[in-house]
Order: sequence, then C-alpha cells, then structure tokens
Amino acid sequence: MSNDHISRENTDRVVSPYPWAPGFYPGDRPQIVTSRFQYDDAYTLERYHATGGYEGLRAALAKSPSEVSEEVKNATLLGRGGAGFPAGTKWGFTPQGVWPRYLVVNGDESEPGTYKDRLLMECDPHQLIEGCLIASYAAGLSQCFLYIRGEMALAHERVAAALDEAYAAGYIGKNILGTDFGVDIVLHTGAGAYVVGEETALIESLEGERGMPRLKPPYFPAAVGLYGQPTIVNNVETLANLPFIAKEGAAAYTAVGTATSPGTRMIAVSGHVVRPGVYEIVNGSTTFRDLLYGDEYCQGIRDGNDLKAFVPGGGSAPWFTADQLDIPFEGPQAGAAGSMLGSGAVMVMDSTTDIPAAALSLVRFYAHESCGKCVPCREGGTWLYRLVQRVVDGHGTDADLQTILDVGQSICPGDMPHASSERLGLDAVPFPYKMTTICFVGPSAYVPIHSAMTLFPEDFDALVTKRGERRSIPVMAGAGE
Amino acid sequence: MSRLSDHNVIVAKEIIARYPKPKSALIPLVHLSQQQNGYVTDDAMRHVAELIDVTPAEVYGTASFYEMFRFEPTGKYLVNICGTMSCQLMGAESLMHHAEHTLGVKAGSTTSDGLITLQHAECQAACTEAPTLQVNYRHRYRVTPEAFDELIADLRSGALDAEIPPHGTLGRNRQQIPADRTVGAPDPDDVTEGPAWIQVSPA
Repeated sequence: MSNDHISRENTDRVVSPYPWAPGFYPGDRPQIVTSRFQYDDAYTLERYHATGGYEGLRAALAKSPSEVSEEVKNATLLGRGGAGFPAGTKWGFTPQGVWPRYLVVNGDESEPGTYKDRLLMECDPHQLIEGCLIASYAAGLSQCFLYIRGEMALAHERVAAALDEAYAAGYIGKNILGTDFGVDIVLHTGAGAYVVGEETALIESLEGERGMPRLKPPYFPAAVGLYGQPTIVNNVETLANLPFIAKEGAAAYTAVGTATSPGTRMIAVSGHVVRPGVYEIVNGSTTFRDLLYGDEYCQGIRDGNDLKAFVPGGGSAPWFTADQLDIPFEGPQAGAAGSMLGSGAVMVMDSTTDIPAAALSLVRFYAHESCGKCVPCREGGTWLYRLVQRVVDGHGTDADLQTILDVGQSICPGDMPHASSERLGLDAVPFPYKMTTICFVGPSAYVPIHSAMTLFPEDFDALVTKRGERRSIPVMAGAGE
Repeated sequence: MSRLSDHNVIVAKEIIARYPKPKSALIPLVHLSQQQNGYVTDDAMRHVAELIDVTPAEVYGTASFYEMFRFEPTGKYLVNICGTMSCQLMGAESLMHHAEHTLGVKAGSTTSDGLITLQHAECQAACTEAPTLQVNYRHRYRVTPEAFDELIADLRSGALDAEIPPHGTLGRNRQQIPADRTVGAPDPDDVTEGPAWIQVSPA
C-alpha cells in the first residue's frame, strides 16, 4: 500500500545467475530447450555450432519427411502455446495435394504471466530457426513467417541477426545443405495486440488486416490458413523442442516426463514467491508444490507468508489454492480440478494480497484487449471491468456482485469451471467452460473475477455496501495493492 | 513531408517482395514510417497505401487496431509501465504514481520538453522480474523508485543513446535476405506443384 512495498521487494529477491537471461534458473534436471542459456553468447552461430547446433537438421534431412513427421508424432510433443495440442497430429491435418503450405511461428507471447518464448528468442534464436527448418521439411512447408510480438525489441535484433547468419551459412533458402529442400524464413513484426496470439487472428494480422479471430469452422488453419492455404501455426517453445527430437529421437524425448506429457516445459513463476523465475521443469510429474516450495525452484512464499491463491496457467486460467498444490503438470488432471495449464505461467498471491484488486488487473487486461468482433466480449468485458473497478473502489453494492455473475453468464453460459475448496466445502467444476464468443479473450475477462469471487467471497462481501445499509468507505479502499 | 524517404522506399520494396501478397507488408511498412517520423502520419499512410496498392483507409483501418502505432507526436522515449497482474502484485501502481509525480505528467501524455511519453501498458513478458517497464520496448526489470529516477536522468543526459534508439526504431538491425539464397514468395494462386523434396504419395 505504500512506496516502501516496492523497495522491500527488490532487495530481498534472488537474482538469476545469468544476467543475459533475466529470471532464468538452471537446476539439476534435464534441459532440452534451455541447454545453452548458460552461455552469454548462445545467440551466435559460432556458439550454436560449438554446442551441437544444426545437427538435428542434418539428422532430419537424412530421413524422409514422413519419417521425421512420424518421429515428432511418436514424441507426443504437446503444443506449448496454451491449448496443448500434439504438434505432429496438427501437421497431419494439412490436406493432400494442396500447395503451397506455410509455417507461421507464433512468437506473440503476451498471456499475462507468460515469459518463456521471449527468452528462447533472445538467448537461443538458432534453436528456434532449426526447429522451423525441421517442421518445414517434415510438413512440406515452403515459406515460414516468424511473427514476433512487436514489443520485443531485443528478440527482433537477435532473431534478425541469427537469420542473417543462417542464410549466409546455407541453412535457410534454396538447396539447404545441398539437398532439394528449400524454405525462406521471414521475420515479421507485430504491433501490439494480445488477441493476435490466437492463431487465426495471427494469420489475419499477417495478411495486413486487423487482428480479429476468424469464425470457425474451419477449426484448423492447417486446412485453411494464410491466404486460404494450408498453414501450420506453432508456438516458439514447441518448435524449439524439434532439434532435440530430430537429433536424439522420440525415445530420448519421451524418456523425460510422463507418457501423456513427455519432455520438459518452461514455466514462469511470478508474484509473491521467494525466487520468482523461469524454470525448465520435467513435464507431467512435477507438481505445483514442487515448483512453489522446492529449493531448486521458487523456495516458498515470500516473508514466510501463507499461500492464498495462484493462477496455474496464465491469466486466462481459473485460480487454484493450497488445496490444489499436489496436482502435477498434466493437462487432464488440471482440467478435472477446474483449470488448465495453458501457457506455462504461474502467478502467486500470498496472504497479504488484495484479491479483488488482483482480479481487477486481469479483468482490465482482457477488457482492454478485446478486438471488438464478438458482442459478449466487447460489451461484457467492458461491463465487467467497470463493475469490478467500482467494487474495488468501495462504491459497489451486493447487487453489483450479482450483476458481475449475470454478465459472466452471457459470455460463459452454464456451469463455470472452478477449483474445489475444502474451506468453503466446494466441489470442483471441471474445465472447460461453454462460450458465446469465437475466441478465449471474452471468457478470460470473466474467469479471474469468477475465481476470485468463488474462492474468496468474504473479500468481496467486506467491500460492498448491502441494500438498506449506510454507505461508508474507508479511506484505504481502492489503494489497489 | 512525411512520406517515406527514397532510401526507405527501397527498404519497403524489399520487404514487400518477401510476402506472397503485398498487403502482408502493411504492418512492417507502417513500422518503417514510424521509425522515420517518430509517429504515424497521414501522408505516410497514403504512401504505404500506394506501395502495397490498397486504399489509405485500409492502411489506417489496420494500423489503428494496433497499440504500438501512434498517430500523434510522441516523445523521443516512450516509457511503458506494466500494470498487469504479476507487476500489479509487486507494486506497479506505486511505481506509476511515482513516475507521474517525477515526470510531472499524467500517464498517456508527454513531458513539455518532448522527451518522454509516459504510458500505462499491459503484460510485457517479463513477469518474474516485476515490476517492469519498457523504454522504446527495451526492458527494465525490478524497477524501484530510485531506479526509475536514475533511468530518467540517464535518458535526459543521453547516457543511454547507444543502447536505446529513438521511439519508432524497433531493431537496430533489419533482416537481410540474400538475393542468391532466397526461394522467393510466389503468389499462392500461381503455385500448382508441391515442393521438390516432398514425394506426392499416389492417390
């Protein structure tokens, strides 16, 4: 609530051992995509070559494209953008005999709490480029567009320089490494719009349009995508896994993690932990308790406080509390418990957190980022933002709380997913929700306030004036922290 | 005059040639104009429209969707303070109050010397290093009030000129695709055959 709050936070916290990869902490565990983060020059071709770079591409080119596809399918590489769809299966959705096919790399990382793709692009751009090349070879893609979020100046510089090096070395362009295989990779710059992370909006944006999601069906750009052609859209982290899979094989990849969630994944943990950071964790078996309390991860809640709540998978994910700490990073288990793993972003709130104000920061985000195409999101998101702001400011009434739920119902009709709560005697409602919008932005404006009100009703009750009561707002109300 | 310069027209044509359809170059070209002029001018949008053969209204229609494009004169340095959850939890609102008082302007406006534009921003993908801000889209991490004051002093004195180019310049380098290496970007309507390395399986 005061300025000393920020200075205190900044002195206590641990700082990453690698200043060139802010927030990244290695550990005694397998590193698939962050293996070069220990070098301050990992973004150069020289370092990449010295550490096994482009060997995955050579291994892939020694096989047929369908063999490479099969290898990726066998690795069960789950998409890291949020939906968790297997990449190999996605490639298989391209219709036979329709050419050309494109690859669009989704580097528009902007889900609240998510911080991994930017590190991968800044620290190890050649790994991403090699992944693009392997995917293009396997799926017959003749041009690749690397769409990087506009607000990442350093990532642009690093990726542009790496692409220049790779062109000059013969890894990109015509007759790659003396074969028939040829593909161009074009760096494309976004200009600031969260919704463009949705794959059909990304394609619209790449066509020079406003970044609004396309009406479904067709559900997959793999069938109808960029310029109406078959288009594979993959996340940066997903593609960054391909060099390892191509070089070491699917079996080496599935040897890490669980059968249904193999390999590793990058998780950013932010908020009220002792050591917020980006961790490459073993997929499937690592639990939220390991991550939040483990010595090689976040080392517990700051100042010895209790955990109040955490967002398990980016701002769009329903919230968990201490009751859900033992859930592992396994999509179906998180889903059954009422949330999702999303984009690998955990935001932690300790017992001192002003829950309504925290929820407001997310509601405002999604209301602000609505593209305006679907009415329930455009109007409902703004309504939610205004209502929650009013409640946080202390001007709300109990009727406003009901209106929030009513507006939410028009975006997500029916039962809304939420976690169980032993304290409140609540059972979980499993993910996902029903929605009246094309994409997930609209529901995401409702998710945080619904979670907050469901799990911490008393925090809202204390803020609002009841009908028939005299209004009296303490001067501290609305401080927002 | 704020049409693209002769040099930037050459750059623009290179960019357009990388895409199967010219309109895909719209956003990169508006960025290029913003790099040249510091903000997006009406004349520049008309010029971009000519270059990619669409109407000026289409250029404005797309450009106005995106937050990085600014249609009014902007400070040499655009300071964006993140206010989304991770930063909010770590004191972003106090930081913004401090910034407004230090600069003497409200968020969303520019200091009277035209040097600094202060803005509220959403998630900057640096959540573990909260609270964060960006100066011309270059990150600053774990920003304390003292660190903010130092940053402003450095911007005013020019100490950061080498690291932070003026607003509008995204990257100090630009991708160069060598003419002898490129596969090219044919219009998809003109492509009938699959790529050489893919054997088409018999139907």
